[in-house]
Amino acid sequence: MTLPYTARGRGPLVLLLSAGQSAVNAADTAWLLAATAMVLLMTPGLALFYGGMVRSKSVLNMLMMSFVSIALVTMVWLLAGYSLAFGSDAGGLGLIGGLENAGMHGIGPTAMHGHVPTLLFATFQMTFAVITAALISGAVADRARFGAWVVFVPVWTLAVYVPVAHWVFADGGWIVAKLHALDYAGGTVVEVCSGASGLAMAMVLGPRLGFRKDSMRPHNLPLVLLGAGLLWFGWFGFNAGSALGANGMAGAAFLNTQTAGCAGLLGWLVVEKRRDGHATTLGAASGSVAGLVAITPSCGSVDVPGAAVVGLAAGVLCSYAVSWKFRWGVDDSLDVVGVHLVGGIVGTALIGLLATESMTGGPEGLFYGGGLTQLGRQLVAIAAVGAYAFAVTYALGKVIDTLMGFRASEEHERTGLDLTVHAETAYDHGVLTHGMSHGASVHAAAHGLHDRSPLG
Amino acid sequence: MKLVTAVIKPYKLDDVKTALQEMGVQGMTVTEASGYGRQRGHTEVYRGAEYRVDLVPKARIEVLVEDADTDAVIAAVVAAARTGKIGDGKVWAVPVETAVRVRTGEYGPDAL
Repeated sequence: MTLPYTARGRGPLVLLLSAGQSAVNAADTAWLLAATAMVLLMTPGLALFYGGMVRSKSVLNMLMMSFVSIALVTMVWLLAGYSLAFGSDAGGLGLIGGLENAGMHGIGPTAMHGHVPTLLFATFQMTFAVITAALISGAVADRARFGAWVVFVPVWTLAVYVPVAHWVFADGGWIVAKLHALDYAGGTVVEVCSGASGLAMAMVLGPRLGFRKDSMRPHNLPLVLLGAGLLWFGWFGFNAGSALGANGMAGAAFLNTQTAGCAGLLGWLVVEKRRDGHATTLGAASGSVAGLVAITPSCGSVDVPGAAVVGLAAGVLCSYAVSWKFRWGVDDSLDVVGVHLVGGIVGTALIGLLATESMTGGPEGLFYGGGLTQLGRQLVAIAAVGAYAFAVTYALGKVIDTLMGFRASEEHERTGLDLTVHAETAYDHGVLTHGMSHGASVHAAAHGLHDRSPLG
Repeated sequence: MKLVTAVIKPYKLDDVKTALQEMGVQGMTVTEASGYGRQRGHTEVYRGAEYRVDLVPKARIEVLVEDADTDAVIAAVVAAARTGKIGDGKVWAVPVETAVRVRTGEYGPDAL
């Protein structure tokens, strides 16, 4: 089976050349294999990035929300997600794919997507769905019931991520094929989608106990920087992998990614040095991620100076946007809105100003003589994805909250979810617990002598 | 006997320990502590949000001394721990009724 192949953002010329070619390209396939593994590593990276930012009593829960998302989204993606996102368009409306590939039915090792195996393309896209779901966990840190999260993630993937991925990434999706908005690697699908969904979930769950009163400073900044580094590394697979080939566009997207990440880092640090008096490690981590978020949609449509502008704009704007939650009283705990929604909007919108024909193979932004047409398309795409993701996620969160309760009990939240939900603690503090009390517990538990509930 | 307790800046611990060893103090107990005095902690900034940290890290040193040595020990701790800046800490002494060395059973001042 050969799916028609559209090189996103590269215009009709490349489409014409690529259509109908079904021979496997070894170089393209090798790069996409590596890129897929790199993108998957972003989710453990995100887990550390987020985990370091929460208080030590809930760091394991934060890590688990990401790790369990890897497993949950993988299963639901194979079951129906891939088919609904990338199966042949149902009804020609560009809204959703069909179910003909449910359970990966009918796709064998010889099936090709362009020059790469369809099974590999499906896996590459799977890793995008995984991290998008995991990103939302930053908005509900320290207070979500784990069971509710486990229900939320697969349903959210099918109800929110999959349709949006179809609109933007699939041949015939309305945003790419009818609106002709440009989104190379998922500024709308991943960043706006996760950011708007995070906003909805922060509103559904309400603020953490003690929000705006208690100190909720990050408990482990080295973890945050390690996570940011892993995200940065994986982002090369995310953006350059989206070329779906080992080619010049992959190289250009790769360099744009580096350029924007660095510009974002510097932009954030300059703002906070002037505003707060100190350049911080959390600022460096946040600024680089903001730049990387913003270049995600635009890495295939702007040149290197454009990438620097995109990254710098995101670093500066996001460094201000993260304080919105304190003014509005919506506890988007780890700034999914301030970094991913705002950064995603900045990157997607700037395509309308900075897109250049040398990268897009056609459309140009306002600053390159293309007028306002492309900017309008970009804004429509942002509004559509943001509104859809927010509305459906809000409804889904409310339904789950009504059926089973999404918010952890006050006792669990105050004690910390690590102990109350997972029966673990992240750190062995002090001389009194170094390997001593735990030995006794294992003995008792092995003989069934005590209640294993950590709270008795 | 007296129990001399000093709450000091953590990075001054080595200086205080050395000073006490040089004047013949045989042992001490050190714990990590958190607290504040007139300094009222400090401020940290994360993503532009200021966090007031009242309880700052301190080292707490406890030494059992004979009555006659009390003032000298306190003076040594104060001299070694002082930086002259706010947050240097506090030293105090309280009477101790008795003490026992666990290994030998020695009692009272012999246990020091």
